[in-house]
Amino acid sequence: MRTILFLLQKEFRQIFRNRSILPIIFVMPLMQLIVLPLAADYEVKNINLAVVDHDHSTYSAQLCAKISGSGYFRLVNYGSDFKTAFELIETDKADLVLEIPAGFERTVVRENEDKLFIAVNAINGVKAGLGGSYLSRILNDFNQDVRLKWMQLPRYNSMPVVEVTSSVWFNPHMNYNFFMVPGILAILVTMMGSYMTALNIVKEKEIGTIEQLNVTPIRKHHFVLGKLIPFWVLGMFVFSVGLFIIARLIYGIVPLGSIALLYGFLAVYLLAILGLGLLISTYCDTQQQAMSVTFFFMMIFMLMSGLFTSIDSMPLWAKGIAYLSPVTYFIEVVRMIVLKGSTFTDLKIHFAAITTFALVLNAWAILNYKKTS
Amino acid sequence: MKQFIIFIRKEFKHVFRDRKTLLMLFGLPIVQIVLFGFALTNEINNSKMVVLDYAHDKGSQELIAKLEASRYFEIEKNLLSDKQLEAAFREGKIKTAVIFPPNFYHDLMHTNKTQLQVIADGTDPNTATTLVNYIQTITGQYQQQVMGQTKLPYRIVPELRMLYNPELKGAYNYVPGVMALVLMLVCVMMTSISIVREKELGTMEILLVSPFKPLLVILSKAVPYLIVSLVNLAVILLLSVFALGLPVNGSVVLLVSVSTLYIITALSMGLLISTTTASQQTAMLLSLMGMLLPTMLFAGFMFPIENMPLPLQVISNIVPAKWYYIIVKRIMIKGLGFASVWKEVTILFVMTMLLLGISLKKFKIRLA
Repeated sequence: MRTILFLLQKEFRQIFRNRSILPIIFVMPLMQLIVLPLAADYEVKNINLAVVDHDHSTYSAQLCAKISGSGYFRLVNYGSDFKTAFELIETDKADLVLEIPAGFERTVVRENEDKLFIAVNAINGVKAGLGGSYLSRILNDFNQDVRLKWMQLPRYNSMPVVEVTSSVWFNPHMNYNFFMVPGILAILVTMMGSYMTALNIVKEKEIGTIEQLNVTPIRKHHFVLGKLIPFWVLGMFVFSVGLFIIARLIYGIVPLGSIALLYGFLAVYLLAILGLGLLISTYCDTQQQAMSVTFFFMMIFMLMSGLFTSIDSMPLWAKGIAYLSPVTYFIEVVRMIVLKGSTFTDLKIHFAAITTFALVLNAWAILNYKKTS
Repeated sequence: MKQFIIFIRKEFKHVFRDRKTLLMLFGLPIVQIVLFGFALTNEINNSKMVVLDYAHDKGSQELIAKLEASRYFEIEKNLLSDKQLEAAFREGKIKTAVIFPPNFYHDLMHTNKTQLQVIADGTDPNTATTLVNYIQTITGQYQQQVMGQTKLPYRIVPELRMLYNPELKGAYNYVPGVMALVLMLVCVMMTSISIVREKELGTMEILLVSPFKPLLVILSKAVPYLIVSLVNLAVILLLSVFALGLPVNGSVVLLVSVSTLYIITALSMGLLISTTTASQQTAMLLSLMGMLLPTMLFAGFMFPIENMPLPLQVISNIVPAKWYYIIVKRIMIKGLGFASVWKEVTILFVMTMLLLGISLKKFKIRLA
């Protein structure tokens, strides 16, 4: 026990003396937590629209007014030349071109039907899909307005109508930050934990000080615990600052579920992720290697974790990979507890999985750590 | 010149002997392309849905069959109580619930109006919106089907054409972004760390006192990463054309030369970082904070720049990746020529000159 206390004293001193490490631990994660959710706004709005009007009729003017009044679109150009509008698409100044054919109003009234052409810059598929469907819906509305002007609709519905009433649970205002902030907080704690442990041990290897530790009577598990506990404490600290100060004060997110449950999971999760760092460090000899390998895995974990894209939509093999990463479970758990107030019974599988990760990774790391080279 | 080549050979050996770093140098771009191409989609498939069918009539069954036929939903029919429904949402078992009221079809046929209740899990607002949209569209189709062929007067028919990417694949958006990210990563982080490493281990001192020109020592460190980056570029392009079916519509020569310019921008950034730092960890921190994060944030392929608050939009202009991303999209996917990208290329060129100028000025022959 005393040995561990001495080791802990040494580690904490080293961490707090190192001026280049301190910002990684304290400033960077918090800065990211402030900046990232501001930037990660996926809501599709401000779609730039160029209108090519060959008709110049009352209808085309009304249609343009209706579209720009909808709030989704920004009218960037109104002209009667398709080539200019297309150039705007090429230079990314416009996302959509709406072409109103000549004689539009007359054709609709006399022949009962006319077509409108919409060209969408579809490189960003999501924006294109949503933009197209918004515009179609507005056109539909406009169509209804036109009809109402020309004919008296019967008092009762003449056509069968299925009214869809939708309600959104857990986040009724559809606030995107509520979704992103807990996820980003999870990623930050993960990155910090794994990087710090991996680099810390490899640095001792590279400089040669690990040799000095190896010749002392310190036991293997003393050494490992001495390395894990400081970063475990720091991880807890950063998470608390993120949760209680930034998420609550800046974004107004108050966890719905039990804080004790959240911390219980975090405690096990940190062990798993520090174990991963430890494992990487036993396989690497230089800091450059440790950083590359950690980065490689973190990148995969982060992309597959469901932070940005939904796991449900992935093909089966990708889902398999996603659930082989501890990060996926953590992000799910943080979101579930914070936003939905899930309880321990809802999270049994997650707890079982993360405990397995923690045991396997740490056991593997300890087995692989050799005192002799 | 001969000495220079010998130095470059030394650096190459450094790079290729380190197998674990090679994993990152060549493995990362491949993994990223595969993940972005095949695993990560923003579209929604097989989202789990529970149907509470209190009507159990012709109408509800037809509509459920229609929902099932779309690839968006994985449907489970179950009559849950309010509590059970909430629990299912809390456990994350379902993302949406559709509730058919009793007499669904009867009401539809006799009063011409019936209701369908949809509940969506709002923790992920975008998914919720999209799912509700899908359900509305499918319901609309069903309504059309019930209505039969009666055509309404005064119809305005929108005809949608998706330019460049008719199948709305995510890869068109991601591949140029991955190029920007990987090249930046390899050049800035690896270059700066490998130079600083020699400083930290003390071997830099030895190199600097050799009769070889100090400036060339540094340049010879950059050359292997330039070549590794060009190989990566080729791998990414080949993979995206042959595995993902992405077109290269514009001139390949133009694409490669612009990419070389971008690589040099990144290398000079790495050089600048290495001249200002003394330890590998600081170099890593600086390249992560100073380059990698901004690249992911502001290149525009992961997060839409036009949605950001104004200060961030202004900051995004000083990130080289943003300009490179625009150029690659225009050349590769839109198939445009130099005339349409000269402005962006000039910006990149000026950035490179500035970075190179500052880092050469800061470069010291003597170590402190």
